[in-house]
Amino acid sequence: MAIAAEPLDAVRRAAGTDHTRPGGAADEVDGVRPALVAEPGTVDEVREVMRAAHRAGLRVVVRGGGTKLGWGAFLAGFDLFLSTARLDQVLEHAAGDLVVRAQASVRLADLQRKLTPAGQMLALDPPEEGATLGGIVATGASGPRRLRYGTPRDLLIGVTVVLADGTLAHSGGKVVKNVAGYDLGKLFTGSFGTLGVLVELIFRLHPLPAAAGLAVAEVVTAERTGAAVRALSASSLVPSAVELDWPDSAGRGMLSVLVEGVAPGVEAQTGAAAGLLAEHGKARVGDPGEVDAAVAALGALPWTPEPEVLGVKLATVPADLPVALTALWEVAGAHHLDAQVRGHAATGVLTAALRGGDAAAQAAFVTDARDRLALGGATLVVRQATPEVKKAVDVWGPAGDAIDLMRRVKRQFDPDGVLSPGRFVGGI
Amino acid sequence: MVDRDRLIREMRQIIGDAGVIHERNRLRTYETDGLAAFRVIPALVVLPETTKQVQAVVRACHQAEVPFVARGSGTGLSGGALPAADGVLVVLSRMRAIVEIDYDNQRAVVEPGVINLDVTKQVAPRGYYYAPDPSSQLVCSIGGNVAENSGGAHCLKYGFTTNHVTGLEVVLPDGELVHLGGKGPDPVGYDLAGAFVGSEGTLGIATKVTLRLLRKPAAVRTLLAAYDSTDAAGEAVSKIIAAGIVPAAVEMMDALAIEAAEAAVHPNYPDANAVLIVELDGPEAEVSHQFAEVERLCQEAGSTTIQIAQSEAERALFWKGRKSAFAAVGRISPDYYVQDGVIPRTSLGAVLRRISEMAAERGLRVANVFHAGDGNLHPLVLYDADVEGEEERASELSAEILFACLDLGGSITGEHGVGADKKQYLPKQFSADDLDVMQLLRCAFDPDGRCNPGKVFPTPRLCGEVPGKRRVHPVEAAGLAEVF
Repeated sequence: MAIAAEPLDAVRRAAGTDHTRPGGAADEVDGVRPALVAEPGTVDEVREVMRAAHRAGLRVVVRGGGTKLGWGAFLAGFDLFLSTARLDQVLEHAAGDLVVRAQASVRLADLQRKLTPAGQMLALDPPEEGATLGGIVATGASGPRRLRYGTPRDLLIGVTVVLADGTLAHSGGKVVKNVAGYDLGKLFTGSFGTLGVLVELIFRLHPLPAAAGLAVAEVVTAERTGAAVRALSASSLVPSAVELDWPDSAGRGMLSVLVEGVAPGVEAQTGAAAGLLAEHGKARVGDPGEVDAAVAALGALPWTPEPEVLGVKLATVPADLPVALTALWEVAGAHHLDAQVRGHAATGVLTAALRGGDAAAQAAFVTDARDRLALGGATLVVRQATPEVKKAVDVWGPAGDAIDLMRRVKRQFDPDGVLSPGRFVGGI
Repeated sequence: MVDRDRLIREMRQIIGDAGVIHERNRLRTYETDGLAAFRVIPALVVLPETTKQVQAVVRACHQAEVPFVARGSGTGLSGGALPAADGVLVVLSRMRAIVEIDYDNQRAVVEPGVINLDVTKQVAPRGYYYAPDPSSQLVCSIGGNVAENSGGAHCLKYGFTTNHVTGLEVVLPDGELVHLGGKGPDPVGYDLAGAFVGSEGTLGIATKVTLRLLRKPAAVRTLLAAYDSTDAAGEAVSKIIAAGIVPAAVEMMDALAIEAAEAAVHPNYPDANAVLIVELDGPEAEVSHQFAEVERLCQEAGSTTIQIAQSEAERALFWKGRKSAFAAVGRISPDYYVQDGVIPRTSLGAVLRRISEMAAERGLRVANVFHAGDGNLHPLVLYDADVEGEEERASELSAEILFACLDLGGSITGEHGVGADKKQYLPKQFSADDLDVMQLLRCAFDPDGRCNPGKVFPTPRLCGEVPGKRRVHPVEAAGLAEVF
């Protein structure tokens, strides 16, 4: 779409001409190319860019590390890619208070490296390599340790955001316990850039565990898997993660229980976990030599960015894990797709890669799997798909009876609908 | 404008005569919540028993353009359930069913009037509990906990109400019923349940709440350490945190708070200028290893006495002194303000020195009770209302303690909420734009500003306006004038 030169010039001036460029092939999202990419270097510049874009009615998509741009529904179109890449400073690490304040584009891995000498960590471990704090919060991304520590919403204690019209707003703060004002951090977590631009984030931190250990078990059926996970959840063990890896429906699955803490505690808990698992499959305590590599591999997605592979995320109450697994396999089979499943078994969050079918088969899989899962209240969200598939299905699925309220929230924060239009649930 | 008699008739049709209170002498029962300094007699009190009744009541208010305020047990300490003089008070204490307990998924679905501790009592035989434990948990309701995002002593490790609510059924201010979140993880769409928890009753009325249940820890160990000074006790807390230990709770009381607790409930605390209660919980091996370390660190920080709870009864006694501290202060002072502020934990020494200086300047005493692990202070400002000018000085001191918290990078409230009490201080913590943007959320839920009006925000936002332009809301302009 052609955009008049004047408004683009205003954006260029706001971000500085050295930090704007025309959109190229590498900037395409769902095959849509933005007219301009801007990389403002300060929060004030972000505000200026947003003001200029707002005046011109430009549609804006925010980019952090760019690792999850394929998530979300098909973008109707956009004009300006606002990259927060230059907002990459850790502003404050208050070790004694277990709090860190950082700009949006600090990469999680870089932050962890900074925190390690103090024996601390941000207890988030989403698998996407190169992900930034802003992107993780904007998408609500999580990993295996969410079982113990929660998701971004639970660890975010303060945010600074820039709205579509350039308004700057804060919520929360630098103290973990704080109920002053509304919690905009929760609202913005998982909002996919549809409400505003996250520019600064404050998180509570946790001590790095001194030791880690694994108990692993081979499981042969969905029911046995469910029983094993239930036994763990009903015990007084406190694992950091319980992960499932099931490469193909004809084969077997592997359950891994990650325990972290002080060495004597880890030893006792991995032993107890292996004991519980042994009633449901071939179980053992992981060899100390293999633990580091195995822990690092936990949480990996079942797909790489292969465009022809359909990637979905399925969320269910944990007790329905066997039902969900069976549904995935059966519906995939019915459409001649191979399903590879991984996920956070004890929290009920699974990811599946579907291979081997065309766009029609993939779209039919999404629709049918959702129908099967709807009874138990589970949700299925498309995470990776070709533009063809994304256009053919509802990427998010139904958002329930609060969808109109969500639309009203969107209208209040972004009345002109210029932020990531169409990317979120219900066409938001 | 609707006449009051017509509204009474409508409410009686919805709930029945017994659930509608309109006689002035009976309305007075509801004129205040846990913050007795604020009193407003509502036009009408209704006690619905079902979600449908709440919906009908709210719809009737909406149609009549009458404000309404939800109230649970009324234990809040910021005037959050203070009625609107021209409005309806919706009391939810008759909605106290535990609707469902789902052990397999570790969830409980409860009505808003259910008492916090009753959830734990219900699931305890199966080895589960509900983690948030405000000191008022014997009487406070889950609906009120949701409104205030209540904390408690154990939120250092386990988080607040917001971390333990996964789903809400909410009656919106126009009577529409919505479901936010649910039992399962990662609901699709905006995290409106997260935005609702802690919104102090300004976004709607929760009629069902889905709670996380936790497995009771295998081991719980508690110690009480006495110190010559709050500085030394603070040093012990720093050492524990620096050692990478996250206790379930770390509580501190100063000499005056100890004196009050001894006078009231006789917990047999050692004679000291500060006591710490440190509690660890979790798997046995982990707890016993770390407990030994905590004991050593407490000693290193100069503890004069360390008592280790040898039984559940002894542990309960340690906690009794702490949990009854607010009320206990009544034993040593005729009147007192309960304050709730937050500082970065490492500023504990600095804030205590400031409080002590400011108190001395005004010739007042302050008893201090803290959630020391997370920097949440509860200074209790002692005064005698019969002494000329003392109440005023105490009120000033109480406010200045909050400003000291803000100077140190903290917050004006950690768990009691802003409510009616602190709304004038909110602009000291947040900019006008911050508050305006927060109220965009209010506009989406309650564009007419009828749900718990006049709370949290000092200046209501007229919805639909562009940010930055504020006008006095019609409700506010009308003041307490009779709408009926």
